[in-house]
Amino acid sequence: MKADPRGVLAGVHFLDGDQACAEGALAAGCRFAAGYPITPSTEIVERFAQRVPLLGGMFLQMEDELAASIAIQGAVWAGAKAFTVTSGPGFSLMMEHIGYAAMTETPCVIVDVQRGGPSTGLPTLPAQGDMQQARWGSHGDYEIIALAPNSPQECFDLTIEAFNLAEQYRTPVLVMMDEIVGHMTERVVIPPADQIEIVPRRYTTKPPADYRPFAPEADLVPAMARAGQGYRFHITGLTHDERGYPTTNVAAHDRLVRRLVAKIRNDATRLTRVEEHFLEDAEVIVLAYGITSRVALRAVQMARARGIAAGLLRPILIWPFPEARLRQLASRAGLSGILVAEINLGQIVREVERCVGGRVPVRLAGHAGGSVHHPQELFETIVEMAQAVEIER
Amino acid sequence: MSAVEIQIGGLGGQGVILAGMVIGRGLVLYDGYHVSLTQSFGPEARGSACSAQLVVSREPVLYPYVTNPHILVTLSQEAYRRFVPSLRPGGTLIVEEDLVRTSPLPDAVVLYRVPATRLAEALGRRLVMNMVLVGFFAAVVGLPHPDSARRAIRDSVPAGTETLNLAAFEQGYDFGLKQLAGSPVHASP
Repeated sequence: MKADPRGVLAGVHFLDGDQACAEGALAAGCRFAAGYPITPSTEIVERFAQRVPLLGGMFLQMEDELAASIAIQGAVWAGAKAFTVTSGPGFSLMMEHIGYAAMTETPCVIVDVQRGGPSTGLPTLPAQGDMQQARWGSHGDYEIIALAPNSPQECFDLTIEAFNLAEQYRTPVLVMMDEIVGHMTERVVIPPADQIEIVPRRYTTKPPADYRPFAPEADLVPAMARAGQGYRFHITGLTHDERGYPTTNVAAHDRLVRRLVAKIRNDATRLTRVEEHFLEDAEVIVLAYGITSRVALRAVQMARARGIAAGLLRPILIWPFPEARLRQLASRAGLSGILVAEINLGQIVREVERCVGGRVPVRLAGHAGGSVHHPQELFETIVEMAQAVEIER
Repeated sequence: MSAVEIQIGGLGGQGVILAGMVIGRGLVLYDGYHVSLTQSFGPEARGSACSAQLVVSREPVLYPYVTNPHILVTLSQEAYRRFVPSLRPGGTLIVEEDLVRTSPLPDAVVLYRVPATRLAEALGRRLVMNMVLVGFFAAVVGLPHPDSARRAIRDSVPAGTETLNLAAFEQGYDFGLKQLAGSPVHASP
């Protein structure tokens, strides 16, 4: 279905990533947000809170991030599309309820505008230090979907995508921004509503008597019921059967948790969203995401200008990790190494090492946060890696 | 064209960020450039050092930070002291005439002085000194196109203040054109 034109501010704008994210949520049909505003994500809820009442929606300032991340789930079960927005310290507090959303299959979006950590760290400066927390932060087994925009334009586009994926898979979806992308102002093109594809909520077509709220359809995702239409169901974070009632039956637990994981993991290849530059003949591949991918592309261009066969692989959708594509690239003849650039001291690099399995050397260009790598610095590492290969030959 | 780096530095409350926003919006929406605008400021609402940085290019901007500005605007002594060392050789320096005392600069730097605060006061509101500055900037730098800047001002300022802000722009623009008609003041004799 197409977007509701009332929420779409079609046109060419000069917006920062935070504002673009708020516009993305509105365009996606989100009409409820709850939050405990925190730098550098505040501008998202600021704009949303200003705009959404005009569309009949609501922003609720909560007492903390625990409350915010569960209030949105109440709104979802009542029929709204909803999101919350935070940064590192708040993201840590939300972990419990991200697990709750995964377990109860509550489609919702959580935006984390990453800043320097640990703890309150660097409130106004960037990092990419929450990437593994995004994957593993809540306890127990689950799969998650996370996107990593690298521009205000993508903060708009990928927020819409996040809402769509949340509905399609009935899962929490994380938008992993960073302070630079959130606070930088650039051209943002918002297309007309009839060019924005929206995935509607999956509602059951069964009558209330036949409806089992956690009985999966063919793609392992169950359909939801409309609140107030006579459907009775029970929602719990406890292990539950297909009726939604708690159970300690080991077989039922196995069935449920395996399904929660499989509905996303089985679709990992379909979920792959990558951007690729100069990979056809690349001897050194730089893997980077978010703001770092732009700096990395600059470094790759500098290397190409010097005759070094460098290329860029950028995961746009970071969880599930684009494992199949990376394995394919890593097994190619002529590849001599992979450089992972990220604003942390080694998070996604672990995933890369796992996928590559020792076939080629993997090197980390880490950064503790507060800024982004300078292209020159990455360029020099690329040159070093290319020269190391020359010497071996 | 390779990227042009612009930095505007001053104090919180001088409208530094809005000046950068108007220049960026004019360039992006009406002149067809790619611009990345970043800003830095302290935790205080007013009085702390702040700056707006713009990277302007015909190509998409990959590295968003300004490292060595081609064009530097300083509206406070503190901003001057902090940012002048990073000004690119041969770069352009614009200073608020009454608020910034310049020191000897490298030969190749082109220096312009604008009494933006005084020109704004002549209009009755010191607050619009940032739009005087945008006008002056548009005249001496040539970016954005003056009509683009005027449209960007209308897009950016609070409703009801358009006329005053546009008047401030014209003050600065005319002052800049007059300076251009003479020869720019070079940094050293």
